[in-house]
Amino acid sequence: MNRIDQKFQELRKKNKKAFIAFITAGDPSLEVTKKLVVSFEQSGVDIIELGVPFSDPLADGATIQSASYRALQKGVTLGKILKLVEEIRKETQIPIALMSYYNPVFSYGEKRFVEDAKRCGVDGVIIPDLPPEEAKELIGIAKQNDFSTVFFLSSTTRKDRIKNIVNASSGFIYFVSVAGVTGARNKLSFSIRKSIMDAKTYTKKPICVGFGISTSEQVKKVASFSDGVIVGSAIVGEVAKNSGQKDLVQNVSQYVSRLTRVL
Amino acid sequence: MSLPDNKGRFGQFGGRFVPETLMSLLSDLEKAYFSFKKDKKFKEELRFYLREFAGRPTNLYLAERLSDHLKTLKVYLKREDLLHTGAHKINNTLGQILVAKRMGKTRVIAETGAGQHGVATATVCALFGLKCDVYMGAEDMKRQALNVARMKLLGTRVIPVTSGSQTLKDAMNEAIRDWVTNVADTFYLIGSVAGPHPYPVMVRDFQSVIGQEARQQFLKKEKSLPDYLLACVGGGSNAMGLFYPFFHDEKVKMIGVEAAGHGLSSGEHSATLTQGTVGVLHGSKSRLLQTSDGQIKIAHSIAAGLDYPGVGPEHAYYKETGRAQYVSVTDKEAVEGLKLLSRIEGIIPAMESSHAVAYLEKLARHVKSKSTVIVCLSGRGDKDVDAIKQVIA
Repeated sequence: MNRIDQKFQELRKKNKKAFIAFITAGDPSLEVTKKLVVSFEQSGVDIIELGVPFSDPLADGATIQSASYRALQKGVTLGKILKLVEEIRKETQIPIALMSYYNPVFSYGEKRFVEDAKRCGVDGVIIPDLPPEEAKELIGIAKQNDFSTVFFLSSTTRKDRIKNIVNASSGFIYFVSVAGVTGARNKLSFSIRKSIMDAKTYTKKPICVGFGISTSEQVKKVASFSDGVIVGSAIVGEVAKNSGQKDLVQNVSQYVSRLTRVL
Repeated sequence: MSLPDNKGRFGQFGGRFVPETLMSLLSDLEKAYFSFKKDKKFKEELRFYLREFAGRPTNLYLAERLSDHLKTLKVYLKREDLLHTGAHKINNTLGQILVAKRMGKTRVIAETGAGQHGVATATVCALFGLKCDVYMGAEDMKRQALNVARMKLLGTRVIPVTSGSQTLKDAMNEAIRDWVTNVADTFYLIGSVAGPHPYPVMVRDFQSVIGQEARQQFLKKEKSLPDYLLACVGGGSNAMGLFYPFFHDEKVKMIGVEAAGHGLSSGEHSATLTQGTVGVLHGSKSRLLQTSDGQIKIAHSIAAGLDYPGVGPEHAYYKETGRAQYVSVTDKEAVEGLKLLSRIEGIIPAMESSHAVAYLEKLARHVKSKSTVIVCLSGRGDKDVDAIKQVIA
């Protein structure tokens, strides 16, 4: 059982919901990313989703696109991110999943990726452009290494695919709240509640909701019918806003605390 | 075995690498397309529009003075440049718009590089009264201002893309983002044999009319099959359209000409098949120009329509199996090709097609005996005149 599974087991016992925070690794620097991860644990974050920057992030809105671009300009690579996690593991055991587009992982080599990531202390991977149909090899290697593979469900997912997706998923299942790209939104559709209830009839695995969530009201509401909430662009935007400031880590952590408090 | 397989694979290439939100939609599209493909009414309607609206069949023209100039080659030009809107792109947009209409979609989006696919999409949307938005790199909008104006005249909104290299790859990213957001009512009309399954096979099928006609026309004129087929390759739709109907004619050699830009050693080129490595971009596995970390490189070519760091998966398969050979010519050589055909045959080819024309000189030196060749003249050069004025001055 890896750190993600342990965390959900622990949360279930306490009847609590997970708060999953996404940040782009290396924005504004790998050093700051490390500090943010360590600090987020104190701010009530349960799981960290660490974004691997990619040149063509086609599932992302403007906020994460810009963060990816900045990180790439600084020379961030998947290899450097794995080393970063190795460093982070000296200070915290908070569960960490990498979120990467498929090409950097494919280019690194799937087997080598899972083995290196596991050794460095990464607990799982989330790949938005890799549906389970194309992931058989990755899933096989991940299973052998107790490494989570998180797949997506969306309100457009047809019933005949749900079973396959929940079976392929480990750690948790990522439910996409809106048809669209990542990015903070004022309004969320709460018809997703029904879709999640439907998916729950297929699996006991945790289902967490992401895309577009940015306010504590939204966090509270979404948590009421899911197992966890993923906040990305709002936090990445906050990092960008505080870029270059001495108290960046403190400011962003305070912002995150305000979101986690409602859970 | 006919390819792709039921997962959209051509050997190891192809597939469907997209966000979950699009998966069910792509299954719908796949089912719809394969049923229309067999549907008599659909085929009749497409044939009607290709003939009456687009101007098919196009001529297979014997370029006599060019052949004399080259000495060892007898060159036939497949005149896709004579089609309505000025390039082969209309073959595919007419096919896909009929699919979109039958699927009840009310809005069409597209990406465009040179603007030819954008114009062809805008044209069929005007023809069928569908709302149309085209994504185009801001850099390409400058290079191809004429096509931007044409799209606007046709009632299409052209959305400038300012991210990344501001060219075709970024326009495709932005179109996919729009598609994910408006998945219910919007049809994504992809312009090349790229993207997730079923796009590569669907676009190939719609473009195959090029090769089907050329094969019949050539047989009629020469009572034999050609020795060579020659076409430029960016994403690869005109080349695949010409090649595919000759796939089983094993003696017919196929050559795809990529853009070597400022030269292969300069690193500034679009020679994906000759220089790239295997990777996944825009929904399928193929060859890509990428760094050792799997980041996509920025492509370069004087021809906006070839300026793409990926290539259709079926071409990657043809290369791997050796069915086709892929070569490249530089910006400079392509301009020479354009000048040559203009002056010797009275035909101004598109900058993209000029790459295929330019390779003729190399092929002419390489052949051992007099050989026949069909060159796909994928588009006309009107759109490029402004951009190359400085170069030819």
